[in-house]
Amino acid sequence: MALLHISSPHAHKAGHAGNLMRQVIIAALPGLAALCYYFGWGPLINVLLASVLALLFEAAVIKLRRRPIGFYLGDYSAILTALLLALALPPYIPWWTTTIGIFFAIVIAKQLYGGLGQNPFNPAMIAYALLLISFPVEMTRWSAPFTLIDGTSGAALPSFGDALAIIFGQAQLPDAVTMATPLEVFKHKGAVTTEELWSQSALLNGLEPWQGISLAYLAGGIYLLIRKVYTWHIPGAMLFSLFMISGFFYGSDPSNYAPPLFHLTLGATMLGAFFIATDPVTAATSNKGKLIYGASIGILVYLIRNWGNYPDAIAFAILLMNLTAPFLDYYTRPRTYGHKQAQRGIGRK
Amino acid sequence: MSRIWSFHGGIHPPENKRQSLQRPLERAPLPAQLILPLQQHIGAPATPLVEVGDKVLKGQAIAEPTGHVSVYLHAPTSGTVSAIDCYPVPHPSGMDGLCIVIEPDGQEQWIEHQGVDDFRSLEKAELATLIRHAGISGMGGAGFPTEIKLHLSDDHIVNTLIINGVECEPYITADDTLMRERAEDIIGGIEIAAHLIKPTHCLIGIEDNKPEAAMALTRAARNSELDIEVVVVPTKYPSGGEKQLIKLLTGVEVPFGRLPADIGIVVQNVSTMAAIYRAVHHGEPLISRITTLTGDALANPGNVEVLIGTPISELLAYAGADSQRLNRLVMGGPMMGYTLNDPQIPVIKTSNCIIAATAEEFPEAAPAQDCIRCGHCEQVCPVGLLPQQLHWFAKGKEFDKALSHNLMDCIECGACSYVCLSNIPLVQYYRFAKGEIRREQFDQRNAEQARIRFEARQQRLEREKQEKADKRKARAETASRAQTARKALTPADSQPATVDPQAQLKLLKTAAAVARTKLKKADKALVQAQTDGVDDLAELQAAIDGAKAKAEQSQQALEQAEQQNPAPPPTLAELKIAAATARTKVNKTEKALADAETKGVPSADKLRSSLEGLRAKADAAQLALEQAEANTAPPAAAEEMDIKQLKTAASIARTKLKKAQKTLQAAQEAGEDSASLQQQVDQLSQQSDTAQQAFAAAEAAQPKSTGPDLKALKSAAAIARTKIKKTEKALADAQQKGLASATALAAGLEKLKTKAQHAEQALADAKQLANTETVD
Repeated sequence: MALLHISSPHAHKAGHAGNLMRQVIIAALPGLAALCYYFGWGPLINVLLASVLALLFEAAVIKLRRRPIGFYLGDYSAILTALLLALALPPYIPWWTTTIGIFFAIVIAKQLYGGLGQNPFNPAMIAYALLLISFPVEMTRWSAPFTLIDGTSGAALPSFGDALAIIFGQAQLPDAVTMATPLEVFKHKGAVTTEELWSQSALLNGLEPWQGISLAYLAGGIYLLIRKVYTWHIPGAMLFSLFMISGFFYGSDPSNYAPPLFHLTLGATMLGAFFIATDPVTAATSNKGKLIYGASIGILVYLIRNWGNYPDAIAFAILLMNLTAPFLDYYTRPRTYGHKQAQRGIGRK
Repeated sequence: MSRIWSFHGGIHPPENKRQSLQRPLERAPLPAQLILPLQQHIGAPATPLVEVGDKVLKGQAIAEPTGHVSVYLHAPTSGTVSAIDCYPVPHPSGMDGLCIVIEPDGQEQWIEHQGVDDFRSLEKAELATLIRHAGISGMGGAGFPTEIKLHLSDDHIVNTLIINGVECEPYITADDTLMRERAEDIIGGIEIAAHLIKPTHCLIGIEDNKPEAAMALTRAARNSELDIEVVVVPTKYPSGGEKQLIKLLTGVEVPFGRLPADIGIVVQNVSTMAAIYRAVHHGEPLISRITTLTGDALANPGNVEVLIGTPISELLAYAGADSQRLNRLVMGGPMMGYTLNDPQIPVIKTSNCIIAATAEEFPEAAPAQDCIRCGHCEQVCPVGLLPQQLHWFAKGKEFDKALSHNLMDCIECGACSYVCLSNIPLVQYYRFAKGEIRREQFDQRNAEQARIRFEARQQRLEREKQEKADKRKARAETASRAQTARKALTPADSQPATVDPQAQLKLLKTAAAVARTKLKKADKALVQAQTDGVDDLAELQAAIDGAKAKAEQSQQALEQAEQQNPAPPPTLAELKIAAATARTKVNKTEKALADAETKGVPSADKLRSSLEGLRAKADAAQLALEQAEANTAPPAAAEEMDIKQLKTAASIARTKLKKAQKTLQAAQEAGEDSASLQQQVDQLSQQSDTAQQAFAAAEAAQPKSTGPDLKALKSAAAIARTKIKKTEKALADAQQKGLASATALAAGLEKLKTKAQHAEQALADAKQLANTETVD
């Protein structure tokens, strides 16, 4: 009878970091489905391509680092990164763009910092920002959802084969199906008032695809909240602050600013709020810190969307707040039992 | 119903309490031997009162407390002490400890004991001593001596007595069973505790997963005079932690570094209360307790009343353990209990549960993955820490940061480890970090002590050195003082101590002169400045005043010194020189004056006046010289004048006398008045006599040892011989001429011859003497 000599605790909740990642991946699937529904096979091909590449790069680096490959690939973190990046990319972006993005995300933004848990920046968003700055043409060539092509069914969308051909450079995306995103339209409205833009633009009268996708992400996010994968603090604070600031400006000047719902449902707001800003590795830790972190992202998103150079701002806002997370952690520590107040800052009191 | 507060975090692990509640409370069989560790409590190990071979009775004290924080130990049954030695004891480290081993005789023969009829009639101290002698220590966890917690000093005012019946750890049902079966004992114990500490409230905290226990206690409490409230709290781990329970029931937090008693709260376990009741009302010491036997490896899990010291192997056998499936033996709960690596380890006063777990029940931890900072640990931490941050710091050995993140507040409840998705053994990291920090602090304290000691030593050495130096200095000073004293004494005897004061006087003179010069210069500078209109007049004035003061001072000092050490009277020679100089000056000036007068120079008046001054000076000098001569001459003559001088003086006197006689003769021949001359001659002859006498006296006073001068003696002898020859010639001449004086000459010749003979003799003597002297 060999008795184990192990220190407490002896009970352990059945859990695995991979489980958490898997849950997030599962929660993102409705969003992926919605994207495919409105834009065709492109997003799915992107996700698959990105996932394969991510696993390859991850395996290569782990091999270089002489760690057990299976153990590390089993945490699903590479696939999650690939999924999130692919969901953020335009549906028919060329393969090499995705490849560069995944390489940068996995090898440089994650593994060079020491792998999972050590990266200061969200790898998917680092890659997204890199691609947006380096390849603006490819990164802004969004196709139109089928609702705006023929309005009835997905028949106008490229077939699976066509989609493959487009992504791997064998064919061009037909001009008829490329168009600007609603945020771009609004960004470049110039002197036109909101009301005029609304009456002119067919696009702005057909927002339903983007709103549908956002709803799908929201549903996934609520699932994750229910499963207690993360707390409500970051997405709640982010959406609330975005709502408040856009509401404030819209309320003060409705003809110049977009309504709050426009900001909440378009672009990558929901994807960012429930899938990217909540990345625990790069976010603030304490509940108070999470509130500040999320709220700041919401405000930054609004500021960059309105006064920055880019129509959407989730990646930049999140990366900026990634920078501040360690600082937030030092200044938003919870009060420990029996202590009058929480410790603040780096020094010891 | 009291309000219930909440504490941060907490977890809901599977309770697993049902298994051990299937059977009623049983009594474990008497084991073959009882192993009683001397330390079953916090504090110092007890000191044995028995020796190997001693017969002991049930309830007999076999070890007494060592110091204040320590506990009595009693024989759980009657029997023989078979050993007092080291055996494995229940401890997380698996270490050995000193134990008393008793072989039961099976008689269960009690020592004489009886309870107290009315504990309220006892003094507080008496009651506390009773509890102390019953060997009761906290039975819920750490095992702190109960009597100390109940017998607080008067400056602790307790307002709340909390009885902990929470039993939040999974698997354990010992307290649940006790509360169901012996609620009256618990209430009785609470009454005793309340009598000792006089709280305003008594609260019993029970989790809502033990409704029967809560019911039983509520019923029992109704019969009590005290207002005891049973508070049902939601099931959540670790509600049973002392600090967490206090927060739950009172909303108050125990401040960091303080004890519950500091905020007027005392927490006691229900089992401890029952033990107090048994001790006070029945006089039974703490010799048994209820322990849960559970775990999937047991066929008959349940609660048993076991004697303290019963080896666990006996209990496992009793509960039907499957040794094939038994993988991990845990004492305590699955969250904070520790593994036992030897089934011979005995049950002690704090052993509330033994889990015989299978590998499936407590699987080996999965390999730890990277922390993804998911934050679940932070959500469950009951203390409000940031466990993942602490993990990073512990892993990176950044202990100062861990400390600033309140690592030391961690109660090691294991909630963070329980929820960790990456299977990181967080509590182990914290234990490691805490151990390292304690070691560092220990080292620091040691280093600090060493530093203090070193500095004290340095100071002592320095002080000793200084003292030595001082002593040396003091010695040197006394020696030098003695030296100067000796010096001061010796010259006083031999030489007049005029040298030192003279030099001093000289110095003072110089100083006075210098001061005067300075004063003059300063005066000049002032005048110059006044004419030039320079600003710093005040400074100059001050300088002058200073110089004046100095000059006066030095002058005064000089005068004083002169008074104290009058200048030695000038010698005759000096006076003579002074007089001569004065005369010469007078002469010169006279000449110059004459010259000036003849030339009609205007400075003649000046010269005249200075001439008068000089004349006066010269007169004064002459006077002084004469006085000095008069004062010093006779003694000086007696002392200083050598015989030669005396001789000369005598011969001069004689010559003068002869001259005077001649003059007198001539005057008499000339027929003049010779009375005054005669007088003069008498005087002179008298003087001549005195001189002659002085000469003779001096010659007589000449020390004999000096010996006669050889030369003088030679010449004397020669002279004598020449005189003899001359006298012989004169005699022969006179005899030839037939003069009358021939006889006189012959007589003189005879005399001379004797003289010559004497002289020759003296010369010979002297020569001989000189020779012997040279030889010596």
